[in-house]
Amino acid sequence: MRVMSAAKMHWPEIRFKVNGSERSVSVPPMKRLLDVLREDLELTGVKEGCGEGECGSCSVLLDGVLVNSCLVPALQASGCEVLTVEGLATNGALAHIQQKFLELGGTQCGICTPGMMLAAESLLKNNPKPDLDEIREGLAGNLCRCTGYMRIIDAVRHASQKPLLAEEQAEIDAVRR
Amino acid sequence: MRDTTQTHIVGTPALRKEGIGKVTGGARYIDDMALPGMWHGATVRSNIARGIIKDIRFGAGIAWDEFVIVTAKDIPGENCIPLIVDHDQPVLVESQVNHPEEPVVLLAHPDKARLHEAVAAVEINYEPLPAVFTIEESERQKTIVWGEDNVIKRFLVEKGDVDSAWQRAAHIVTGEYHTGAQEQLYIENNGVIADWSEADGLTIRGSMQCPYYIHKALLRVFDLPAEKVRVIQAETGGAFGGKEDYPSMIAAHAGLLSKKAGRPVKIIYDREEDLAATTKRHPSRTRYRTAVDGNGRLLAMDIQVDLDGGAYATVTPTVLSRATIHAAGPYCCENIRIRSHAWATNLPPHGAFRGFGSPQTIFGIERHMDQIAKAAGISPEEVRRRNFLAPGKTTATGQEIRDVIDLPGMLDRALKVSDYEAKHLRFARENATSSPIKRGIGVASFMHGAGFTGSGERYLNSLVGLEADATGHVTVLVSSTEFGQGTNTMLSQVAAEALGLSCEDISVAQPDTQRVPNSGPTVASRTTMIVGRLVQDAAHALADILRGKNLLGEIFSVTEFRAACAAYTECFGALRAEARYQAPKDIFWDDVAYKGEAYPAFAWAIYVAEVAVDTRTYSTQVVNFYALQEVGRVINPLLATGQIEGGVAQGIGYALYEKVVWKNGRMSNNQMTNYIMPTAVDVPNIEVYFEEMPCEHGPCGAKGLGELPHDGPAPAILNAIQNATGINFTSIPLLPEDMYLRMAETPEPDAKETAGCV
Repeated sequence: MRVMSAAKMHWPEIRFKVNGSERSVSVPPMKRLLDVLREDLELTGVKEGCGEGECGSCSVLLDGVLVNSCLVPALQASGCEVLTVEGLATNGALAHIQQKFLELGGTQCGICTPGMMLAAESLLKNNPKPDLDEIREGLAGNLCRCTGYMRIIDAVRHASQKPLLAEEQAEIDAVRR
Repeated sequence: MRDTTQTHIVGTPALRKEGIGKVTGGARYIDDMALPGMWHGATVRSNIARGIIKDIRFGAGIAWDEFVIVTAKDIPGENCIPLIVDHDQPVLVESQVNHPEEPVVLLAHPDKARLHEAVAAVEINYEPLPAVFTIEESERQKTIVWGEDNVIKRFLVEKGDVDSAWQRAAHIVTGEYHTGAQEQLYIENNGVIADWSEADGLTIRGSMQCPYYIHKALLRVFDLPAEKVRVIQAETGGAFGGKEDYPSMIAAHAGLLSKKAGRPVKIIYDREEDLAATTKRHPSRTRYRTAVDGNGRLLAMDIQVDLDGGAYATVTPTVLSRATIHAAGPYCCENIRIRSHAWATNLPPHGAFRGFGSPQTIFGIERHMDQIAKAAGISPEEVRRRNFLAPGKTTATGQEIRDVIDLPGMLDRALKVSDYEAKHLRFARENATSSPIKRGIGVASFMHGAGFTGSGERYLNSLVGLEADATGHVTVLVSSTEFGQGTNTMLSQVAAEALGLSCEDISVAQPDTQRVPNSGPTVASRTTMIVGRLVQDAAHALADILRGKNLLGEIFSVTEFRAACAAYTECFGALRAEARYQAPKDIFWDDVAYKGEAYPAFAWAIYVAEVAVDTRTYSTQVVNFYALQEVGRVINPLLATGQIEGGVAQGIGYALYEKVVWKNGRMSNNQMTNYIMPTAVDVPNIEVYFEEMPCEHGPCGAKGLGELPHDGPAPAILNAIQNATGINFTSIPLLPEDMYLRMAETPEPDAKETAGCV
């Protein structure tokens, strides 16, 4: 639209890193990060379910913290690092969490899956060996209507059983001491 | 008959066919797509329940010339979405509004962000008419809002002689039970993209269950020949019945906008619109009057089923049918009368939701069986054991049970795996102490008919196709849709099994009415048993075509199959086989008397729920859940388990969390913040067990299981709450505030009613 393109000139450039790549967009600063990711960067793996931070379908990691991207204005992501579902696999090889969701029935209709896997990533990063209650708590901000959560919990439990990297183990040991 | 017991693919947890796209974010749902030059559409809706539109004003401050505006006058064909009843709900209101959120005006604009304020700027003025909002108001018939008596549909089922049984009864037990509306709450909202062209007609892409329902609806709305309407299913993010019929409405809306705009138009509902405007599970009231002998055996059942249909018929007649047929439960009784009515109200039309009427009546009968047990002085499990249907016995419609079903054996297994007896005793002991947490355990037993009711499958007359290319890769052609339940994987396993191939050798074509035949709607627990069987038949037919050209032997290897496909396609061109539904010869249904074989097969289940009720906060937690079912041969144990668990979770929501609050016919809590579904911390450990008795009607002996798991959780949970508290709660959802109000009325349970005393 005429009016819109005129205003566009004045929008500030927002720079941030998405899935490891430097990106910049010129958008209204209060545009939802969700829409920036989906519309401007064509990362449609990020889903909208409710638009009010209840369902978690739009979950992404912002500087490693799990957020509902429908509640984050674009400006807030400036200078940050964003991870979406598209950034989980490396060179076409599924990430461990993706593999477990696929093998163990963690995805049915698939619409909550991207956000759910990012919630799982966030959980496992902070707590590599969660017990079942901790897994449930860690996923409680992400709604799934298909699975009853059992296969998702199972997938996360199996994903947590991969051998820990040396530095991860050291971190846990440090906390335990 | 080929041997169905030895299988190499069926019975294995084959990987979900479309799973990679779903875990990588590559799967394309409708809102992930855009067509060149596409505009966005929005819907202006009524804000009263009933009235006559006096005028429509387009308010100041909006550049209306930038918008495409559609009203009922722009509809080229019939202004109606026909499904079961002709002249049913309109595409757009012409003069009389019959429910809140009814579509009146459509708007399209290139910038989605501009639509919100434009919708708000359309002012509709009405002359209000009196409205009815509940079953009770509708049956009073003081205000008539449908036909002559507000009755959308009624059924009468009669077996034996109910009236003469009362005098022989040792106990007469009566009860009234209520269930609320429930939202399907698929996480992907409804949405479509319509693309009109004068040359090709109308193409619809969208989130849907039933491409051919939309196809049928659009032919009439746009007055087009069949080849000028094309419907393509996009990846669909959950449906549960909620995308059975309403997508026809959205497709018509987007189509009208696209035709007038001369460009593609996308309509995506946001959550608030989807919750307020689209269909929900029918609220119900069931009344049971039962005569029981001194041993707790059912002598007679007089049952009234009443559903709130909302403002139009849509799928209500068939929902009422299924509710009616399932109302007597899995019990044998010689004298049964079921009178059922679907009442019109001025709520948005209620529609399909997993179970389709049966969760409502199974809630009634399964709560009622516990009251019968109490009256007869026997345990809830014993009253069920004494009344179970068994091979040779007949259902309410006179259908003789031919499945080799052993419900007492299943009950024993369910009680054993749930450690029922020990828990029952322990809870009784612990509940007698001053602990504020009261624990209970409850059972529900039930059955669910697979496939369309009665003569439904005959009318559907489903057709499936199978194609093989020169490399021997096989494509399944069906209109049956995948929306999470595993259709693609299940059908691939069936085809692979029948042809001795692996799942990787099979693809399922994207449902597209220009490419796939009409294999019927993806509803009614019919896809595995009915469509799966047709895919199996078509696979056998494909092999027979190759044998007919002497390219394949009776038994063949993968290599031989591939060579045969290569040779066939080179000599004869495309290799394609079809299979059309053929009704089993021994199935007979009388649509008028409502008697006969209601379903070719039933799935059977015993569910056990264990709860903890906090008597300080009135909150109930389901602590453990045990789901045992007989569903014939399980095609994919991993996907089947996931289906059961998901259905149980929805049933837990139905019982304890999900309340639609109505205000003058409109859902007032139309947000995920105040319509609450279970989270990962609300759903307990669910243990799933299968019994597998091969059924002759399904592929490799499989039956349908999709709806079954929604039927049992709510009554099992409320039975457990009665065991914990001694209180006979009769309505769901049972939220803490509901429990508080009921307990405030009856502060102390009757001593005899407390847990463990029966």
